[in-house]
Amino acid sequence: MTDLSYATVAQLSALLRNKEVSASELAAHYLARIEASRGLNCFLDVRPEATLAQARAADERIARGGAGPLTGVPVAHKDIFVTREWASTAASRMLEGYMSPFDAAVVRRLKDAGMVNLGKLNCDEFAMGSGNENSAYGRVLNPWDPNAVPGGSSGGSATCVAAGLAPVATATDTGGSIREPAAFTGVTGVKPTYGRPSRLGMIAFASSLDTAGLMTRDVRDAALVLGAMVGFEPWDSTSEDLPAEDFGRELGRSVKGLRIGVPRAWLEGLDPEAAACIEGVLGFYRSEGAEVVGVELPSAPLGVSVYYVVACAEASTNLSRFDGVRYGHRAAEYADIHDMIKRSRDEGFGPEPKRRILIGTYVLSHGYYDAYYLKAQKVRRLISREFDAAFAGVDCIVSPVATGAAYDFGAKSSPVDAYWNDLFTVPASLAGLPCMSMPCGIHSNGRPIGVQLTCAHFAEARMLGIADAWQQATDWHLRRPGEH
Amino acid sequence: MSLGMEDVRRISELAHVGISEEAAAKMLGELNAIFKMIERIQAVDTEGVEPMMHPRDGVQRLREDEVAFGDDREACMSNAPEEHEGQFLVPQVIE
Repeated sequence: MTDLSYATVAQLSALLRNKEVSASELAAHYLARIEASRGLNCFLDVRPEATLAQARAADERIARGGAGPLTGVPVAHKDIFVTREWASTAASRMLEGYMSPFDAAVVRRLKDAGMVNLGKLNCDEFAMGSGNENSAYGRVLNPWDPNAVPGGSSGGSATCVAAGLAPVATATDTGGSIREPAAFTGVTGVKPTYGRPSRLGMIAFASSLDTAGLMTRDVRDAALVLGAMVGFEPWDSTSEDLPAEDFGRELGRSVKGLRIGVPRAWLEGLDPEAAACIEGVLGFYRSEGAEVVGVELPSAPLGVSVYYVVACAEASTNLSRFDGVRYGHRAAEYADIHDMIKRSRDEGFGPEPKRRILIGTYVLSHGYYDAYYLKAQKVRRLISREFDAAFAGVDCIVSPVATGAAYDFGAKSSPVDAYWNDLFTVPASLAGLPCMSMPCGIHSNGRPIGVQLTCAHFAEARMLGIADAWQQATDWHLRRPGEH
Repeated sequence: MSLGMEDVRRISELAHVGISEEAAAKMLGELNAIFKMIERIQAVDTEGVEPMMHPRDGVQRLREDEVAFGDDREACMSNAPEEHEGQFLVPQVIE
């Protein structure tokens, strides 16, 4: 009998199709696990009645014979996606109790496919953070080690899959928020090309960077669920209008003859065990007949500087909508309308969103726009061009996700320390490229290590195929954290 | 470049974020450290490089200005901090 808690989406799909388990039984199983794992602080809103109603609808659909491969399979959503039946807070006091009048496009598509929503997942406030230390509702724990950060901002999504509280979770990535937590918790995290999944109903942080994606147990599940969550949305002006495609079409293929690029400079200064894990992945691809070649991305180390200009500028604009008038927190006491807005924002936003709003306001302000915002967008172009040049010669770039395994809570003593953590993940975000993290080892301190794969725009199927070759030959993605 | 307390007060005002003197002092140190990190881009030669405002360089699509999505007044108003007969209530603006 398959262990339901750690079953893949594909396994659960087969069990449901063969009537070995019902959607209602699955939902009840996961709801009980979620309840028993409250100490991880993974979920921000769980509504068993709403979940079980979706499960019953899935069971009826299966009985009628109209089920698809995802019908009845549970999913949990990062609390950046708005949902009609669960509160949507972006892990901020600003949006405490907010009930959206609509479902985000990603949520709606997965619901239409018959997936059953288990609830909403904790994350860094407005998806701003790399350690999940910035949630207004407390930090998420890493099931591998209570002293280790789960990574951020999608820490709830990562922990939820790693702890067997859902087979798949949605997540968002603006500068590394899927890849880094996936690496720190030993799960597979995929960020597709910018614009491939719709941003409709994703609470906006940085609109030219925000991308929806997934955390799964393996890359095959990611291919399966990705197909159901993407698609053109007329109400999203940056949604790409592309024909539907099978993201699993390169799974199981040999990597023989493919060219794998590695930015050698990125491996210098890594934790030696992490570096050895990355070398192990490169050695594997070489042994399978791929050609491993060096690539030059000389401007990529500037990515962090560029990112904190661009992302903060866009955040300051997006977060200006929170004024205590139409929705969100309103201060109890104020002198006049301006005072009301200022106090509401002071009380509603935590330190990290405030910091980024102020940085963004400054770089967009009169006299500084050219020197910061425009300059950053020019350097962003250089970074993007270097990727284009690299992808003229390679199919995929293999690189670290972070300098080592998960760090301890409180280890980043200043915002700048924390921002540097995004060094390896922001370059692909700035260029809008598809990228992912997959497990490639476990550090001697017991914490997982991930490796980053990056491909050219819209080459998700190729990326997933290359990742699959690794997962078919290794079992790092099957390792589980000890009982907690 | 280094920011001073006046700058923090000015951008807080521009951003409509209330900030206490104590919080502003802490923020000042953090912002200066962050801008030191950001300053690295100033040394890059970007002569003749077009700014990249959007990862796909696409022209954002326009659509007809028609009500077609989210036209649910009751659901929208249900999140308002203060509401009266389907209207948002704000403090008096005009004396």
